[in-house]
Amino acid sequence: MDKILEVKNLSKHFADFTSVDEVDFFVEEGGFFSILGPSGCGKTTLLRMIAGFLDESEGDILIRGKSMKGVPPENRPVNIVFQSLALFPMMNVRENVAFGLKRKKLKKDEIDKKVSDMLGRVGLTGFEKKKVTELSGGQRQRVAIARSLVMEPSILLLDEPLGALDRKLREHMKVELKLLQRELGTTFVYITHDQSEALVMSDKIAVMNKGRFEQLDTPRNLYKSPKTAFVAGFVGESNKFVITNREGDTITTKRGLKLNKPGIDFEPNIMHVRPEAFILYPADDLKDISTFEVKIKTILFDGSNTKLATLVDGSDDEILIALPQNAQFESLSEGDLVNIGVHQDDLKCYLEE
Amino acid sequence: MIEKKSFNAAFWLLIVPVLLWLVLLIVLPHIDLLISSFQAKNSAGEMEFSLKNYMAFFNNDIYWGTFMRTAGYAIFVTMLAFVITFPIAFYLTKVISKKNAGFLILLLLIPLWVGELVTVYGWMILLGDHGVINHFLMGIGIINEPINMLYTDFSMILGLLYMSMLFMVVPIMSTLESLDDSYIEAASDLGATKWTIFTKIIIPYSMPGIVSGAIIVFMLVIGDYLAPNILGGKSSLWFTEQIYSKFLQTFNWGEGAAFGFLLLLLSSGIIWIALKLSGQKLERVGQ
Amino acid sequence: MKKKILLSVAALALTTSALTAGEVLKIITWKGYADKALVAAFEKETGIDVKITYSNNEEMIAKLRATRGAGFELAQPSQDRISFVQKEFPIYQPIDFSKVNTDQLITSMVDAVKKNTAVDGKSYGVPFCYGTTGLIINKKEAPGAGDWSDLWNEKYKGKISYRLKRPLLIGAAFGMGEDPFALYGDIEAYKKLMAKVEKKLIDSKSYVKNYWTSGDTQVNIIKSGDANVISGWDGKGWAVHKVNPDIDFVAPKSGALGWIDTFAIPAKAKNVEAAYKWINFTLAPKNAAFFTNKEKYGTASKGASEFLTADVKADFERSFTSADIDNIKWHPPVPAGFEAIEAEVLDRIKAAK
Repeated sequence: MDKILEVKNLSKHFADFTSVDEVDFFVEEGGFFSILGPSGCGKTTLLRMIAGFLDESEGDILIRGKSMKGVPPENRPVNIVFQSLALFPMMNVRENVAFGLKRKKLKKDEIDKKVSDMLGRVGLTGFEKKKVTELSGGQRQRVAIARSLVMEPSILLLDEPLGALDRKLREHMKVELKLLQRELGTTFVYITHDQSEALVMSDKIAVMNKGRFEQLDTPRNLYKSPKTAFVAGFVGESNKFVITNREGDTITTKRGLKLNKPGIDFEPNIMHVRPEAFILYPADDLKDISTFEVKIKTILFDGSNTKLATLVDGSDDEILIALPQNAQFESLSEGDLVNIGVHQDDLKCYLEE
Repeated sequence: MIEKKSFNAAFWLLIVPVLLWLVLLIVLPHIDLLISSFQAKNSAGEMEFSLKNYMAFFNNDIYWGTFMRTAGYAIFVTMLAFVITFPIAFYLTKVISKKNAGFLILLLLIPLWVGELVTVYGWMILLGDHGVINHFLMGIGIINEPINMLYTDFSMILGLLYMSMLFMVVPIMSTLESLDDSYIEAASDLGATKWTIFTKIIIPYSMPGIVSGAIIVFMLVIGDYLAPNILGGKSSLWFTEQIYSKFLQTFNWGEGAAFGFLLLLLSSGIIWIALKLSGQKLERVGQ
Repeated sequence: MKKKILLSVAALALTTSALTAGEVLKIITWKGYADKALVAAFEKETGIDVKITYSNNEEMIAKLRATRGAGFELAQPSQDRISFVQKEFPIYQPIDFSKVNTDQLITSMVDAVKKNTAVDGKSYGVPFCYGTTGLIINKKEAPGAGDWSDLWNEKYKGKISYRLKRPLLIGAAFGMGEDPFALYGDIEAYKKLMAKVEKKLIDSKSYVKNYWTSGDTQVNIIKSGDANVISGWDGKGWAVHKVNPDIDFVAPKSGALGWIDTFAIPAKAKNVEAAYKWINFTLAPKNAAFFTNKEKYGTASKGASEFLTADVKADFERSFTSADIDNIKWHPPVPAGFEAIEAEVLDRIKAAK
């Protein structure tokens, strides 16, 4: 696969802070690349630099190996779908989608053909004459994507385009976007603060925090093996423990839990454990398991995603435990004491500054 | 039930003064004028229904000539006001910070505070043969003879522009304020040049504001009296002056009233044509 | 309860307005005709509250016509503008000369005004003051100018100004060697004369700097140097002379136009007694002299001359030789319909290129 986008040591300094701090990565042709981070992490700044709305302070951006230094947005082979969608309210659907083609000075029949092709692809055939203000949220979304895709960009940049949609529609659009990207083969660079969007759609995800990439990996690796405490906490759900002491293979948490974690060559102070890593009533013959007893505080029923909020004796800190979909545990109720275990590989320890 | 009753009482208490004001001060006098515009003396010297007052306008080329001149200048001043104020409105809403903009808008309001008469005299001091500008230009030796600026169409247009400009800035600003910067970025992302963004995005987007500003300025200018009368030159006959002279100099209230209604009708007609030509709808203008 | 309150409020409003109504004198007049000092003295002497509205001949007539003669106790139209208005719209009431102290007035003036304002054997005006319309000339810049015909003299090209109103048409006619007043009985001949005047003024329009429109713009245009030969009022010319001795009022060789402003009582005046009190008060010699000293207009008060300042006498003597005085053309009453002819002429002159 070719590198379609290369970002080299890119930084952006503003008067009083650094928004993007020496970021370095590449995106492969046809990939779905997400930049995931909390608001204020610099992901929007990074995207706007790629689109050309902001100049970089240091470093370089290359598209198909060509430096984009000094190239204005209208001349970059990228198009962007804005968070607000930015559909032109005084134009109808057709005029919106045709806007960029007209700027390329294509012939009218060619424009008509491309517009109706693209509207067909996003499932909006017959909507040409509609005012954009008359469309539903999902339809507007698709018009915005069509308007950018019709330009046949090398890279499509998407700035949290699902943010304004309601939950149900968002779930639906996630799948639709992913399928559309597969079908078209266009490279997507997608920024979001919603880890579930990123995990579902992306081939590669960069987790960004305070202007830097914490980890760049596949969704699976990101979830299974978060390299930093931030990634562990930000991607997926996890229980955070503060480590107060380590003696050999035994670590002691602030809550007084003593857990077995061999093979650490540093002094960790933070530990993350996923809710589904806990095993209810572990069998005695399981190896490398630390066990302890918790008391059920509440059952957070959420269908397939039901969890137990539990307390370790003598502490107010909650531990969330995923409840397997198993009739065996239906009898559990609030106040019950439960014996749980966790495998040593599922204890992710970090040194956080 | 009780609540509903008291709501009704409050409703009537609020609406009655408005209705009274409308009927007594606006509707009734206009009906009176409308009636007198259709009254003229017959050969026996008695008042009777007649179209004579309206015919007087069309039969005398001075009258409709003056109207055409007035309307032409009003259109010109309106366009000029747009060309001058649009960049100002854009600058105030999109370029500088809100805080500074507030201060500059306050400066723009000054001409309204001091009143039209004062600003008109201000222009006289500036533009006269021995006024500030000529004095300065002659002082630094650019010209030897004063330039004739006062009492010309130039000074009249300046005065008209000055008093009406603000009414163009404000509605344009309010539409531009709602213009999301992402529209501009999206257009430029789709390959539009600055000029295209201006003509295809910014102008169409602010059209409702432009149209309402243009209507206000046009009506203000076509109905103004002071600036054409005092700053205008010796040929600057304005249609309002003719209405004034019908009422006050020749005491021909019938013709005066007819001319007043013609001004209303013809200027509304011009606005209607302008809306049609630009593809705008009046209902959208208020938004 | 509410009704009672409303009623008592209304009753209160009625009684208070009734109480003050008897003591108010509302005068519609020209600027300067009711000086603050005189108003204060009058209020002190009589206890009557004086309210002044500034206006001019045209507005006075229009306002009184709109209210059919109500709203004011006194008006001050020019004597030539009373009879034709009164014939068509009865807006004034006849003067009761038994209530006017005619002993303190110049008899010949009273008689002239009585005659000129008579309708059906009753007179409607008491003389108040008089003045002339002539030329105001910057003698340094325009030496030798001194007649109405200088308003179209090429010598003063670009430095001429006048008020494009009926007195100018009359003055211009005199300047052309005609006597417009002699044609007041012959409307056709008058029309022809006006056509001649129109042609003259249109032909010479390029010499005109601008048409002045009010007392203030008249003073402004000659004082600023924008014009050197203008038509003007004697009082204004003398006022400018004080500031700039080069400028003075000049009685035109073919005759200054004399006007007399009067007191007239509107038909529906509420407090006629107060009106007569004011007439007699302002025309008392000392008060009349105070007015003339300040405003420079001649007074109809007989005994005022001994209280006039030397300035005022000097102004008059400088501008008027005894021949000039004999040559003053006093405005006779305007016949009905003549102003419509003049208005059209004025419109055509203003509209001309």
